[in-house]
Amino acid sequence: MEWLTEFPAMDKSALRALKKSIDGGFRAWTRENGDAVEAFFEPIKQMLIWSEKFLLNTPWPIILLGIVGIAWFASRSWKITLMTFVTMVLIGYFDMWDNTMRTISIMLVSTFVSIVLGIPIGIAMSKSDKLQSAVTPVLDVMQTMPGFVYLIPVVMLLGIGKVPGLLAVVIYAIPPIIRLTNLGIRMVDKEVLEAADAFGSSAWQRLKNVQIPLAMPTIMAGINQTIMMALALVVIASMIGVKGLGQPVLQAIANQYFTLGMFNGLAIVGVAIIFDRVSQAYGKRLQSHSEVVHGK
Amino acid sequence: MGSKATADMDKKNSSVEIRGLYKIFGKRPQHFLQAVKDGMSKQELQEQHGHVLGLKDINLTMEAGSIQVVMGLSGSGKSTLIRHINRLIDPTAGEVIVGGQDVCKMNKRTLRDFRRHETAMVFQKFALLPHRTVINNVVYGLEVQGVPRARQESEARRWIDRVGLSGFEDNFPNQLSGGMQQRVGLARALANDAPLLLMDEAFSALDPLIRMDMQSVLLDLQSELKKTIVFITHDVDEALRLGDRIAILRDGEVIQEGTGQDIVLEPADEYIQNFVKDVNRGRVILTESVMSDGPHEDAVAEINISDHLETAARSMSEDEVAAVNITDDDGKVVGHLDMESTVAAIVKQEDRHTTPDDKPAP
Repeated sequence: MEWLTEFPAMDKSALRALKKSIDGGFRAWTRENGDAVEAFFEPIKQMLIWSEKFLLNTPWPIILLGIVGIAWFASRSWKITLMTFVTMVLIGYFDMWDNTMRTISIMLVSTFVSIVLGIPIGIAMSKSDKLQSAVTPVLDVMQTMPGFVYLIPVVMLLGIGKVPGLLAVVIYAIPPIIRLTNLGIRMVDKEVLEAADAFGSSAWQRLKNVQIPLAMPTIMAGINQTIMMALALVVIASMIGVKGLGQPVLQAIANQYFTLGMFNGLAIVGVAIIFDRVSQAYGKRLQSHSEVVHGK
Repeated sequence: MGSKATADMDKKNSSVEIRGLYKIFGKRPQHFLQAVKDGMSKQELQEQHGHVLGLKDINLTMEAGSIQVVMGLSGSGKSTLIRHINRLIDPTAGEVIVGGQDVCKMNKRTLRDFRRHETAMVFQKFALLPHRTVINNVVYGLEVQGVPRARQESEARRWIDRVGLSGFEDNFPNQLSGGMQQRVGLARALANDAPLLLMDEAFSALDPLIRMDMQSVLLDLQSELKKTIVFITHDVDEALRLGDRIAILRDGEVIQEGTGQDIVLEPADEYIQNFVKDVNRGRVILTESVMSDGPHEDAVAEINISDHLETAARSMSEDEVAAVNITDDDGKVVGHLDMESTVAAIVKQEDRHTTPDDKPAP
């Protein structure tokens, strides 16, 4: 009656052989194509290096002014602007300025990459039901797979450093922007689309003049989520050598430095709140035309 | 340049001719086309085969420069029909000939050019771009055509002014009332400068007073622009007020086509009789169809044969006489109307077909 208490699993040696052959195959592929893959990601690497250098080498008052300025022009709210200023000053005062700049750098680049890839994919998905049903399960896997797991092949392929970190962050953060672009475009009012057709719009004119602008609130919600998820993965990405606020947290876990972990954790929270509030306020301001309703 | 020249030529003749048009909605419309042509009913098609019969053997000729109203209750296929004219819906069978070209045979590019230059459309729920200001909505057709921005704006301003929205150029659509939004929709369509204007229940979403107002705006514009207008409505008063000719649709079929007077005087069946039973006949029936021959001795005033009975009644009551003379377009007196026959024609509703000869034999 052993088969009742033990699940009849695959033979242990066969299983080992299976895992070995997959690992071996992937490793061999990596060895052969590693250079090509690295060359492919070279432009992104340069972008990462450039943005980090820019944020670190520019004198802090200018960066502070820049961040506060962006917060003001995006949100037009002095509350959000003041909150941004106070948060950044506290981060600097507790000596986390440089790490914060590194984190913001990788977050900005990965958000940029996510938007550049995600919006076209979302648009393509909205145009084809077949593509939608093919991409959706992939997105589900990307979002539910524990972050650590896909660090492994990325590290095998590219070693540790900025680019694999960025890849890990993008894989984790890109699903919301794809999903919400697709959803936003599918929700566009059919009558307005019909009007665009009736006036002889080409597919591009339809997309540019009607679909994207009307889907914008939803797309902005996607961008906001993407930013938040990118920040959430910063700590995990620090395990493969991404410098920033995540590294001290990792160090604090290993050595039980409660305060160090807390400070850096709070800095991540602060940056997250700034980006969340500013991008939401900006998205809302883009939609200001829908707020002034006739008769109210 | 070549296409521009043909566009100008077509403007002179933008009549619409619909021949043998069928539309079946469902997965395999062609499969059931022959059965429908052989007389399968809408109900049978729907219940047995899960396909919906949208339009059945539509034949209509719409003269250039006139207003053709298509009337019917919801589900009668009127919105489907108008969408065939600019092919927002593809037909299952049949031809739609606009200004000599069969819209159904156009390829993608020709169809796009046709929609850009030959037609414009006004929608029931306005279908404005909510993120664009009034002026940027009105330029839309011209923008799509690739007209230079300066001309887009000057044209748009002209039409915004023409529909009475000056001063609202920079407002967003949902800052405006429904009536004003539809003025934007109308200006957008007119700015396109297309000879064929398609109006799909354009005023149905408006309050009655605003609706009357918009009808006046449209009639006023039409007297000057002389476009070919296809106007869809479910409102018989609107149909009679606007339509040079009216086609009545039921279950995807045209059941009567004619002038407003034809339809009021000779309703083809009970369905239409129900439609027209409450209309103000004095504003529909022409003096021509009721008058007696020769002048009347009491008459002091003269009115035209294409005036309505209401005009005749007003003239008589103003002059405090019981008759008025009727002239043709050259001013020659061709007949007269007396008070009795005018009132009889206005109030007589039941048994219009019952002439004295039809009285039951004693």
